[in-house]
Amino acid sequence: MDIRSQISMVFHLDKCIGCHTCSIACKNIWTDRKGAEYMWWNNVETKPGTGYPQKWENQDIYKGGWVKDGDDIELKGAGKRKGLMNIFHNPHMPVIDDYYEPFTYKYLDLIESPASDDQPTARPISLITGKPIDIKMGPNWDDDLSGTPDYARQDPNLANLSPAEQEAMFQLERMAFFYLPRICNHCLNPGCVASCPSGALYKRGEDGIVLLNQDVCRSWRMCVTACPYKKTYYNWHAGKSEKCILCYPRMEAGYAPACMHSCVGRIRYMGVILYDADKIHDVASADQGKLVDQHLDILMDPFDPEVIKSAKKNGVADSTIRAAQYSPTYKFVKEWGMALPLHAEFRTLPMLFYVPPMLPVMASLKDANNSAQAQKLNKVAKYWEDDWLYDTSTEELWGSIDEARFPLQYMANLFSAGDTEKVKDRLKKLMAIRIHRRHVTVGDISAEKAGKALSDVGFTPEMAEQIYYLTSLAKFSDRFVIPAAHREQAIEMMENTGDRKGSAGFGFKEGTAGRGL
Amino acid sequence: MTALNNFLFIAFPYIAIGIFLVGSVWRYRTNGFKVSALSSQFLEGKAGFWGIVPFHIGILVLFLGHLFVFLFPETVINVNANPVRLVTHEGIAFTFGISVLVGLIFLMTRRLTHPRILAVTTKMDIVIELLLLSQILLGCWVALGYRWGSSWFASDLSPYLWSIFKLNPDITAVAALPVAIKLHIVGAFTILLLIPFTRLIHFLVAPFHYLFRPYQVVMWNWDKNAIREPRTAWQIFRPRNN
Repeated sequence: MDIRSQISMVFHLDKCIGCHTCSIACKNIWTDRKGAEYMWWNNVETKPGTGYPQKWENQDIYKGGWVKDGDDIELKGAGKRKGLMNIFHNPHMPVIDDYYEPFTYKYLDLIESPASDDQPTARPISLITGKPIDIKMGPNWDDDLSGTPDYARQDPNLANLSPAEQEAMFQLERMAFFYLPRICNHCLNPGCVASCPSGALYKRGEDGIVLLNQDVCRSWRMCVTACPYKKTYYNWHAGKSEKCILCYPRMEAGYAPACMHSCVGRIRYMGVILYDADKIHDVASADQGKLVDQHLDILMDPFDPEVIKSAKKNGVADSTIRAAQYSPTYKFVKEWGMALPLHAEFRTLPMLFYVPPMLPVMASLKDANNSAQAQKLNKVAKYWEDDWLYDTSTEELWGSIDEARFPLQYMANLFSAGDTEKVKDRLKKLMAIRIHRRHVTVGDISAEKAGKALSDVGFTPEMAEQIYYLTSLAKFSDRFVIPAAHREQAIEMMENTGDRKGSAGFGFKEGTAGRGL
Repeated sequence: MTALNNFLFIAFPYIAIGIFLVGSVWRYRTNGFKVSALSSQFLEGKAGFWGIVPFHIGILVLFLGHLFVFLFPETVINVNANPVRLVTHEGIAFTFGISVLVGLIFLMTRRLTHPRILAVTTKMDIVIELLLLSQILLGCWVALGYRWGSSWFASDLSPYLWSIFKLNPDITAVAALPVAIKLHIVGAFTILLLIPFTRLIHFLVAPFHYLFRPYQVVMWNWDKNAIREPRTAWQIFRPRNN
């Protein structure tokens, strides 16, 4: 057992409203620079949709992540052989057009144009060439299913769905979508780190944040290919790659990362998870069917004395172990089993977990005779002779999950490597909490029925209340349990403090000034 | 003429080698951030393949070929003793020369006509591309016009280069060579001199060490166990990422 600590995240998709505040917070702090304009370390995608960069999930195109090779795994599109063979020209790398060409507008033309018969316009210009361009793509142009034939219907996750199921998803009255906020997953088996020929990428031992040392990066570009989530970006101006740093300067100071701090829907949770580093390779090379289970098994119980002992042996601070015991992510992922990793089949062991969304409200369309209803309307009222009912009732305990407007298979392709049972289990849990709370607050559901819903998914009413609390009422310090970075020691991440002994004190790095004359 | 020869083939090589050595170390140490291949593939897409790959493979083979003849002249002379082997050997070298020429022309056209690539082009990129172009043109011309290059390189130029490195320069053989070859030699030293000031520096950081490291890299910023050990308080190892 080799216990290490990892900062992990849970995004509760049921609460995401798709406001992009997280993306803006991140952009303002980190990527508002030349060469990085097109980068969104944090982005929010509408699903179904092709995402950013387009079709990033389709590894037939981008060859990201790992593939099973006998009992072992190998990088799909990079690695020692494939990477060095393709080092001059990387055939699987996304190019700027797969994201979008960054642009701005010539706003000054609006003010400074000489008087004329026509209104002045602000033409779009490329931020790369500075010349006028016709904008073909922009950030989130597929938001809320806009441009659906171009975007949503090209979604790689529709792969295992029958044509009829796909068609059903895009009927106007059945149309549904949800948001998928994405940041770097800070994986346990990161493809980017493994693919970097220069060794510029590394995982921090203390908290598992995956970072990129730009002084070592030589623009071999393999990380862009190897990250199946396309969360390493190539800065075309600097000639260096960049990625989400999980706002580690904020984290070390005890703040939540900017994207999480600013989250309006409060969907984001962050906490420590203790994991067994000895198992990483075995888990990453597990059979597809066992992948998700084993992925969750690698996360260890922070109350287990053996785990604590091994963690201490590795120098994990007591405060970090304590944070792991209070970790909201451990609760969501392990204790309650409500969250799943995104695309576990890429085998990078992502440490960002998602509570799958029930949204839109778990409803089904039922055949109904609406004529009686129509009779009640005024003669001049406009009504549609529809014979269906948008049914959100919870009469049948679990029936509506199977008939949900979102096919389970689609969710399973995203969150459980294709296993619908796992997604169904998570959705049932979400539903059980709702039934329980409806029993408590509205009271139109009997105690017996609410109790049955909970016991079906293995919850007690106390657990349900805890989940409800952490989902709906949680305060900042409940959502973000960030272990102390030990600032008194954190300085030693940067330099040997012994060297500074006898220097000029607080805030200065220079030695004491000379006496002068 | 002698003075010019002395300058071009004695003084200039030493200047070039000196600047190359000092400059490369200086650039790497003081400005590691700027040591990069500065790939422009991201701005262009798949088309670049037809320039980038022929150019790189060709120039790599030619570089190693020149290096081999320089290091092992006798071997080359022995190999060239058989006419079939000589022609095959020269033919292969010339093919790679053409591959560099074609690739380079493709890359220069791309650099000057593709608006996005032009936006990330610096003056030194143009300078070094023009130098490389003249160098490869001269090389091909020499290969065709002054046969057989590999043999007289081994017998005349290799001793000259060795004499440079042995700090006892002897330019009698070089001084007698045709102008095209002289220009090729001067061009080579000019490119060497410019390596620290251009993107060519990326060939010095070719990632061979990748082959010998495990795939995953985990860095501990500090050793938490050691830090708690009072005896090691002043012997903390420096983090490798700083």
